[in-house]
Parts: sequence; structure tokens; C-alpha cells
Amino acid sequence: MLWLLFFLVTAIRADLCQPDAENAFKVRLSIRTALGDKAYAWDTNEEYLFKAMVAFSMRKVPNRETTEIFHVLLCNVTQRVSFWFVVTNPSRNHTLPAVEVQSAIRMNRNRINNAFFLNDQTLEFVRIPSTLAPPPDPTVPIWIIIFGVIFCIVLVATMLLILSGIQQHRRKNKGPSEMEDTEDKCENVITIENGIPCDALDMKGGHINDTFVTEDERLTPL
Amino acid sequence: MEQRRPLWATPLQFVFACISYAVGLGNVWRFPYLCQMYGGGSFLVPYVVMLVVEGMPLLYLELAVGQRMRQGSIGAWRTVSPYLSGVGVASVVVSFFLSMYYNVINAWAFWYLFHSFQDPLPWSVCPLNGNRTGYVEECEKASSTQYFWYRKTLNISPSIQESGAVQWEPALCLILAWLVVYLCILRGTESTGKVVYFTALLPYCVLIIYLVRGLTLHGATNGLAYMFTPKVEQLVNPKAWINAATQIFFSLGLGFGSLIAFASYNEPSNNCQKHAIIVSIINSSTSIFASIVTFSIYGFKATFNYESCLNKVILLLTNSFDLEDGFLTASNLEQVKDYLASAHPSKYSKVFPQIRNCSLESELETAVQGTGLAFIVYTEAIKNMEVSQLWSVLYFFMLLLLGIGSMLGNTAAILTPLTDSKVISSYLPKEAISGLVCLTNCAIGLLFTMEAGSYWFDIFNDYAATLSLLLIVLVETVAVCYLYGLSRFESELKAMTGRALNWYWKAMWGGVSPLLIVSLFIFYLSDYIITGTLRYQAWDAAQGQLVTKDYPPHALAVIGLLVASSTMCIPLVALGTFITRRLRRGGTAPVA
Repeated sequence: MLWLLFFLVTAIRADLCQPDAENAFKVRLSIRTALGDKAYAWDTNEEYLFKAMVAFSMRKVPNRETTEIFHVLLCNVTQRVSFWFVVTNPSRNHTLPAVEVQSAIRMNRNRINNAFFLNDQTLEFVRIPSTLAPPPDPTVPIWIIIFGVIFCIVLVATMLLILSGIQQHRRKNKGPSEMEDTEDKCENVITIENGIPCDALDMKGGHINDTFVTEDERLTPL
Repeated sequence: MEQRRPLWATPLQFVFACISYAVGLGNVWRFPYLCQMYGGGSFLVPYVVMLVVEGMPLLYLELAVGQRMRQGSIGAWRTVSPYLSGVGVASVVVSFFLSMYYNVINAWAFWYLFHSFQDPLPWSVCPLNGNRTGYVEECEKASSTQYFWYRKTLNISPSIQESGAVQWEPALCLILAWLVVYLCILRGTESTGKVVYFTALLPYCVLIIYLVRGLTLHGATNGLAYMFTPKVEQLVNPKAWINAATQIFFSLGLGFGSLIAFASYNEPSNNCQKHAIIVSIINSSTSIFASIVTFSIYGFKATFNYESCLNKVILLLTNSFDLEDGFLTASNLEQVKDYLASAHPSKYSKVFPQIRNCSLESELETAVQGTGLAFIVYTEAIKNMEVSQLWSVLYFFMLLLLGIGSMLGNTAAILTPLTDSKVISSYLPKEAISGLVCLTNCAIGLLFTMEAGSYWFDIFNDYAATLSLLLIVLVETVAVCYLYGLSRFESELKAMTGRALNWYWKAMWGGVSPLLIVSLFIFYLSDYIITGTLRYQAWDAAQGQLVTKDYPPHALAVIGLLVASSTMCIPLVALGTFITRRLRRGGTAPVA
């Protein structure tokens, strides 16, 4: 009698967990890809841990705090390693809706991954999309900070160069203008050479000096 | 008391200025592409031939003219012949166009540089969509680096007609770029001469660091082997020779007037022949060096993508057939595929359409040039390296140095004729003229930061300088050889430097180089005429890739205006001089 009941229970359980059954999810693990040499073998103990993690996730859902490990059924374990699982209700006559299981797994995905040293890609729940972590978004974008620093440095350097250029220009303008003043003074002073003012000796107009007679007039032409 | 012309403090500053101007972004992003397209190692043959036959003679000619005439481009060509000052004006106009759009590249380099200080690099991950279950669709279809370039940096519009608004982030970077350029040219040769030590030498430091890093990357040898395997059949392809000639021509920066401007600040006794040979050899060697670095990075990227593709296929097969994890590797993939095809034919045929054929060759063959290479391909390789922030900062710092070095030459080409002109320099000091030029260029350059700005950038990049420069250099060579007189120029050079002119230079200037330029000119004209309508690549956000579109009429009008405004200067100014002389002669006739 007891054996009959046992067979009945396992038969029902077998019906509940089938590939492509209602509310069943496929899981794929790529342990060798993730861990390489440190890969562990997938055995019934690991399956027990998986069932425990799924039960833990379901217990976090309101109204499902009484989920136990034996409510989680695993089947069709392949050497890939992949298998199907369902979560049954406390009376174990039907499975919990897929939406609930999905949201529970999504909430606790990180804990489940860490229990197996895997990540979202190597521990894959088919048809349960993982929530992707957004890239860190600081309040002030970093590039503006660096831009501001370099912009200020270049602006200050430019201002310094322009100001020193203006100073040099002013100094140069004062320099030649001082020289020009002394030249003007030279011109204003009338130099006297041998009692005759220099202006008179100015040959600009092309004046002929009367005191000097050309040779031609002295000699009588032949 | 006449104000002495400012001079370079040492001849080394002049050499560094020329190197810093000639070695620019084209060496990094154009030469590796040409090498890949036209036969790898065998492209070096036409390249070296063109360097010796075209590059060195024309470079020597420009430096000699500048050093002899001791004025900027307008004054120098006016001295050669009063009817030819139009050549100088055309050079200034082309330099003006170039500086307008070239500094936008520096702005983009600044943008990427500032974004390199984050972990993870912003172009290595796609941003998440609204409910955080997946990535933004545009980023999924394209790649994260393409998304960051087209959406975050350019915010590109689907076509050139939709201009959109000015994007404030690239606009800020552009203002910063112009401020940096102004800082460097503020004091003329005094400040430029010191800056060129950095802009000429530091890029080499970074390239050497990258060479060592690149050669030690996994898969670098694949890229190098691919590049250097010569495909000798390309030697008979005329396009290889034409592209080699074009690359040498534009890489040295001939015809813009910058080289004349730099050489005008030389001592008259400077040995510019030696400097011309040095600068052209260094420029070409840098191109080859940069392409070694680029190809080792290509090899790394291609190998990485190939291995990711293989891993995706392996994962697909492992999941579909529930094979043991780790059983399928790259080495047994083909055998297992055959086994699965025979053992489970129905299941295999269902999976088969999704299995991509991964090929290292096809990854290596994706040849890219220009901004695509610098900002998409390189960043994709960098994000997969360890300590990617460091490599990213180094790389964009190098791009900035190369770009600013070239900008110094461009602005010198505009400023030297302006400061030489007595009219302008009597009203305004040098700093104010430089400031006004930078301000004008910056204001116009803001047009390139609009949403359609990248399309206008491509127009300027492809059409503003190409035809005009060929014409300018042709007129320059013919003018010096036949108008001014080759023997007269030769004797003046000998008097100036103390060295006789080698027969080789005379042969090149007189015959070979002008013929080469004429053939290049004819080729480009016929190419433009044969292709008919001009097309451009537009980014389609829905598909996540580039699509080809035709230019609208107003864009074609702008292209025509660009080419015409510089080339027409030469005949127009000649005509104008002729008319003014005639009027003056006619006006003074009654007096005589």
C-alpha cells in the first residue's frame, strides 16, 4: 500500500516536472567555461543546493514563505549541464505560476549566482531575462570635470602670454619714443660750426658755394 | 629702423616644424588603408618611386622659394611675377578651408580623450534600454564603438538635408581646440618654435610604446603577415601608382603655403636641400612605421572577433545538442559538426542557418580609412586590451599632437601673408590678427558640430583641397622654371646657400614633376566626370549601418563653390593685376 502511494506521488511529481511543461524553466550551467581548472563536478549535492536556493528565493515572495526544498522538482539532467525545474505548491498537486517564479529568481539572481561561483551568462535561466546592471552614472559627468580643468589651464596660459606681450609692446614703444625725443632735441639745437650756422651749409637745395671757384674758369680755353 | 623678420632660434626648430606639419593624421589613417588595398608589401614600390620622383623635388622647390623670397605665399609669388600673386591667394584660401574643418578632428580627439578616464570605457558597453532587460536597439544592431561614435559623439542625422542643432558637447571641445591652437601660434615663431619640439617628438614616443604593445598582442602576427605579403599583381594596377602619387603629394602638405611660410623664417644660408630630403624621408618612414602598428592592432582585433565568432558557434551547438560543456573546442569543431550532421540530421538542419561561417580572412579584409579607422576600429581594439584606459589616453593624446602639429602649419600659411602685409600689420598687432583668424575659423567650424556636420566635414575633406592643390603646385612649378627662369633661380640659390643646384633637381622641376601632376589632374577630373553624381555614406540608425545616398543640389553647389573659389583666384588675380597695370600705364601716358 505504501509502495503504491509512493509510486503515485513520484508519478505525479514526474508529470509536474517535464521538459516544456507548464511553468517549468530550463537552466543551463557552463561550469568549465567559468571556472576552468577549478570546475567542480555537478552531482546530487549541487542539485540539493540549487533546490535550496530556489526555495529560498520563493520564500522571499509574499504568500510563499512556507516553500520547502522538496517543493522544488528537478528533471532531465543532461551532461551539458542542463535541467528543468518547477516549484510546486504546498499540497504538491500543481505548479506555481511562472510569473511568480520568474520574479522571485530575478530578485535573487545575484545570490544564486554567487552560491555557484557563476554569473548571469554561465548560469543561464532560459526565458528569465536578467536585469542588467547599469553603468555607474555620476551626477557630474567625468569628462566635463577634465574638460574644465584643461580649459582653465589653457585660458590662463593664453591670458598670461597676451599680457606679457602687451607689456613688452609698451616697453618697446616707450624705448624708441625716448630715442626719438633725443633725436628731436638734436635737431632743435642749432649747431654752430666756425661761426656759421649749419643750416646755411645745408646742401639739400643744391646751393653752390661761392667761395669755391671751378677750375674751368681759371684756365683759358685753348 | 626696419623691424627684422623673426627667425627660427635654431635650424632644428625649422626641421621639427616641417616634420610636425607633414607628419599628420594622414600618415596614421590613410597610408595603412592604401597599403592594404593595393597589395601590401608591394605598395611600397610605387610609394618609394613617387617619393623620389615627386615628393622630394616639390618639397625642395617650396622650401627654396620660401627661403629665397623671405615672405609668405602671397608676397613670395608676387616677387616671382606680379601676375602670380593669385597663386598665393589660392594657397591662403585653401589653407583657410583646411583649418576650418581640420580642427574639428582635434575636437573629436579631445572628446574621446576626456572620456578615456572612465571605467569601463564608455564605448565598450552598450547603454541599457528603458526596462533594463537589454541594450539600446541601435547599439545592438551596430557595435558599441560605432554607437558611441555615431550617436554619442556626432549625434548624426540620417541625411545631409536634416541639419539639426549645434551639439554643445563637440562645440565646447572645438572651442578648446581653437584655444590651444591660438596659444601655440600667439607669439609667432617664438612660441611655435618651442611647441614643435613636443608635437614632432612625442608622437614617436607613443608610436614606439604602441609598437611594443601591438607586437605583443595575441594575433598581431596575423595582421602583419596579411599586410606585408606582397600581392605583386597590384604593381600593374594603375590605381596603385596614382594613389601612391596622391598620397605622397598630400601627405607632405604641398601647395598650402605652410612650407613657404616656415621656410621664410629661415636664415638665407640655411641648407634647405638637406632639410627637404630629411623631412620627406622621415614623413614616409613614419607612414610605414604607423602602418606596422596599425596592422598589428588590426590583427589583434580580427583574431579577437574571429575567436568570438567561433565561441558563439560553439555555444550554439553545445546548447542545441546538450553536449558537455567544454567538449567542443576550436580544433574539433569541424569534426563534431560533421558527426552531428550525420547523427542528428533533422535537428542539425534546424540549427544550421544560425551557424555563421567564421573566417579570419574576412575579418582582416575589412579595410577602413579616415575617421572610421581612428575612432571606431582602433577604439574597438583598445577596449579589449588590458588597462584600456591607459592605452586610450595615450592613443588620443598622440592623435591630438599630430593634429595640432598640422594645424600650426595651416595657421602659419594664413597668418604669414597677413602679418607680412603692411596694411594689416600697421593697424593690428600680431596677437590680434591671430586671435581674429582663430575666432572666425571657430565660429564657422561650429557648423561642423551640427547633427549633419559630419557629412559637411566629408565634403570639405574630399573636395576642398584635392583639385585646387594639384593646380596650385603645377602653376608653382611652371612659374619657377619657366616664368622666373630656372637658371636665374639656380644662381640665386647658389648665391644664397653657397651650394650649386644638382642636375637631378633641375630635371625633376623642369620636366618630370609637372608631367606627373598633369596626369594626376587629368585622372581626377575624368574620375569625377565618369562617376556622374557624387555620393556619400549616411548612417542609418534603424539598420545600424552606413547606406549610400546622393548629394542634394545645394551640397553639390557648395562643392563646386569650394573648388572654384580657390582655383579661380589664380586667373582672376592675374587678370586684375593686368587691368590695374593697364589703367596705371594709361593714366600716366599723358605725363610722358
